[in-house]
Amino acid sequence: MNIDSANTETTTRMMSARPMLVGTATTRDVIPGMTDDLLLHAGPPITWERASGPMRGAITGALIFEGKATDMVGAAELVQSGKIRLHPCHHHATVGPMAGVTSPSMSVYVLENAVHGNRSFSNINEGYGKVLRYGAYSEEVLDRLRWLNDVLGKVLNNALQGMGGLDMKALMAEALHMGDEGHNRNKAASVLYLKALAPHIARSAPDSETAAQVLQALGDNALAVLNPVMAAGKAMADAAQGVQGSTIVTVMARNGTDFGIRVSGIGGKGTDTRWFTGPVGHPKGLYFPNFTAEDGSGDIGDSTITESIGIGGFAMAAAPAIVTFVSGSPSDAVKATLEMYEICHTEHNAFTIPQLEFRGTPTGIDIRKVVETGITPRINTGIAHKNAGVGQIGAGLVRPPMSAFEDALMAYAKQYGFE
Amino acid sequence: MPIQTQLRHGAYYDSVVLMQLQAALSQLSGVQNVGVMMGTPANKALLAQSGLLTPEAESAAPDDLIISVLGKNADDSQNALAQVDSLLMKRSTGTEGDYLPQSLPAAAKALPSAQWVLVSVPGRYAADVARDALNMGKHVFLYSDNVSLADEIELKQSATAKGLLVMGPDCGTAIINGVGLGFANRVRRGPIGVVGASGTGLQQVTSRIHQLGSGISHAMGTGGRDLKADVGALTARQALSLLANDPQTQVIVLISKPPAPAVAQELLRLARTIPKPVVVNFIGYQPNESEASDGSVWFARTLDGAAQLAVNLLSSATPAVTIPAPAHARYLRGLFSGGTLAYEALLILQDYLPSVYSNAPLDKRYQLSNSLVSQEHTIVDLGEDEFTVGRLHPMLDNTLRLHRLAQEAADPQVGLILLDVVLGDGAHPNPASEIAPAIEKAKETARADGRDLPVVVVVCGTDEDPQNMAEQIALLEAAGAQVFSNNETAIRHVGECVQKLGGLGLANVQNNLDQPFAALNVGLESFAQSLQTQSAAVQHLNWRPPAGGNDKLMALLRKMKG
Repeated sequence: MNIDSANTETTTRMMSARPMLVGTATTRDVIPGMTDDLLLHAGPPITWERASGPMRGAITGALIFEGKATDMVGAAELVQSGKIRLHPCHHHATVGPMAGVTSPSMSVYVLENAVHGNRSFSNINEGYGKVLRYGAYSEEVLDRLRWLNDVLGKVLNNALQGMGGLDMKALMAEALHMGDEGHNRNKAASVLYLKALAPHIARSAPDSETAAQVLQALGDNALAVLNPVMAAGKAMADAAQGVQGSTIVTVMARNGTDFGIRVSGIGGKGTDTRWFTGPVGHPKGLYFPNFTAEDGSGDIGDSTITESIGIGGFAMAAAPAIVTFVSGSPSDAVKATLEMYEICHTEHNAFTIPQLEFRGTPTGIDIRKVVETGITPRINTGIAHKNAGVGQIGAGLVRPPMSAFEDALMAYAKQYGFE
Repeated sequence: MPIQTQLRHGAYYDSVVLMQLQAALSQLSGVQNVGVMMGTPANKALLAQSGLLTPEAESAAPDDLIISVLGKNADDSQNALAQVDSLLMKRSTGTEGDYLPQSLPAAAKALPSAQWVLVSVPGRYAADVARDALNMGKHVFLYSDNVSLADEIELKQSATAKGLLVMGPDCGTAIINGVGLGFANRVRRGPIGVVGASGTGLQQVTSRIHQLGSGISHAMGTGGRDLKADVGALTARQALSLLANDPQTQVIVLISKPPAPAVAQELLRLARTIPKPVVVNFIGYQPNESEASDGSVWFARTLDGAAQLAVNLLSSATPAVTIPAPAHARYLRGLFSGGTLAYEALLILQDYLPSVYSNAPLDKRYQLSNSLVSQEHTIVDLGEDEFTVGRLHPMLDNTLRLHRLAQEAADPQVGLILLDVVLGDGAHPNPASEIAPAIEKAKETARADGRDLPVVVVVCGTDEDPQNMAEQIALLEAAGAQVFSNNETAIRHVGECVQKLGGLGLANVQNNLDQPFAALNVGLESFAQSLQTQSAAVQHLNWRPPAGGNDKLMALLRKMKG
């Protein structure tokens, strides 16, 4: 067995995937394995007992939204008694930012990989302020969720169907040339997304006031496109999962307590449940006024799918405008990307960086290279408040625990008889 | 006054850069206080408080940069000011330029022209780095010591298979294409190539050659263990081969502490195949008489002697010899009637050919599997018992030999035939009368096949022998044979001819020495700085022990390469 050629197969699949955003639908109708007693969440598996503040808040909000609980005590009872089960989004072809909690009645984006045929899903971005993904579950949060479900989701579905689907890879590639890195900065991609959808929203909304509200919601939210971008990443990652002998990371994800990775050659296809975990780090970064690092939650969210498929922190050189998050200079942004080349198998054939003479982004994290060089992946991330419901308090840089990569390497060695 | 001030007009620097410059200057020896500031009134007041406001600084305008240094004495201050530019340069931020790669692939991406990797990391990590470099197709200068013998052998075998050089481990010195690696003296470029298993030996010889007015094409280190029997001079053989093919090199010097005898013999054989003078200084090695008298290898007793001899030989050396490609018909077949003559032939041919098969070989590995059929280079003693059962000795009866001669002549792989003719009382009364026509016929057979087939005959006899030696020789020569009356001379002549037929048997190594030197440097930063000083392209790595030095993970990673 040749590991390098297995890894080439993995990254080829990852890079050749072509996720098309085709519409929205209700979770219970489309997400495989979804049942009414199930909630999906970000990161590797978690229990109520070990869940962080934002995760508990989001679970509570989702159960109130589903009409199954009225407060956190009730939510805790349901989960601890096993009446409500928790699964990682990743086990169901799904990803969600921050807490990533996705419940049976929620609207989700539906993507289809035109090359490999797999589908992927992500919930709809709520915008800023008090939002479920940061663990807020007040009435205004739930009202917002209902509007996303009943109004915005339906308009988007009509618009996306009307336009015959949206090629997410092309959109992501274009945004990298407009100063986005695809994780912390999605300003350009969100504008491109709005621009593509606008005429179809105008046509498919029931009335002009609804169209205006939907356009406003998308236009005000520089993260509007984050969720479809993440779902596109998930479609690419799942296409790359399960290559015999490959040491490439297909997924990195955080639940606020544990950081988990999955490796293509360990375990089976996208629904496989093998994770290698370690304690989450606390991001270093800039905080909004009145907040400090003390207030920060442990690292959380599935948005690290972006780094897993070669953008986000790995494409930092493309986004010099946001290096201030880590009080760096534009040359530090270039160095950040150059450093990631050291642990990646290849350079992306579609995602390129003008500042590096259009070199492809570092793609396909090789656990061997991570362990050998001691360089862990660089992750750009938002920072959640440690208490449920407060929301985002900053943004910065975090690295996964090396132990997860070492454990994965040893498990690989055992599985393939290298010991 | 030990305070010295430098003004830079209209120079703008980021305040962080100025703070870093101030810190760097303060750390220089003999510096007591430093002020690095723009010439605003407030800043001048600050300088005045610390006694650094010289009249010159006082005169500065707000957009002038003031650098004031208080040294223990004026020289210290002057010295510090002289370093401002290089310190500023060091701290200037670029884009890709100041990213130090950590892994060899990333470094190779930054400097794609690098043909060499300089390795000076701690010994326990060095073999892995060298292995990675070889897998990337790079030559290795392995300065690190404490590399195990097993690793050295494995690295060199792998390098040889790939046509790459591993100089070292524990190689302190080399000069490649005018660029000194590790510890090297500055010597002019010239026509003498040096191969050395000893670092200071190499330095002494190259320095002496420079002092004597000549210069160095390339000087290659092998590491001290290369010439031991276990390693078998893999690097030295490659280095000699490179110099043999290098058009700039006219004379070669080989220096080493006394090698293992078998290795010495092997190296001398290779040296003799090179059509350039080779000066050998195996410190303390006593060449035997025939070696010492040899015209292609010269023995020197001391390092200085080697340098002098090399320089003296330059006048007689022929420049730029091209090496012939191996001929298809390249094997020697010797058909002897005299047992001791055959035995001596085998002995002498060791100096020229790595292996000669025989029905009575010196080394059992080269036993002919069937005495009636030759293999590669073969010397057959037809006087052996196996041939004389029920038949007269070949000194009396030529039948068997003439039959074998025809058989060899028909073999398209045969490039030279060697025969002996023993005269004297008791021997055949007129051997040439039978052998000469057979030689003529053999040459004709070969010619019909499009080959030239030289035949060498050694005649053992005197002018008083009953067969008439002069007449015998004349008959053989008329048949086209080259005739010698001294076995050793004949055999040495044959050895040289056969070497030429076979190409030189040089070691496999890529020759990219004449490309501009470019290297990746893993380990001591001073090696990278030294290369920069010599204007050679170098990419230094920010190397760290793999897997944080965890032995278990390192072992796993080693198995999981590729």
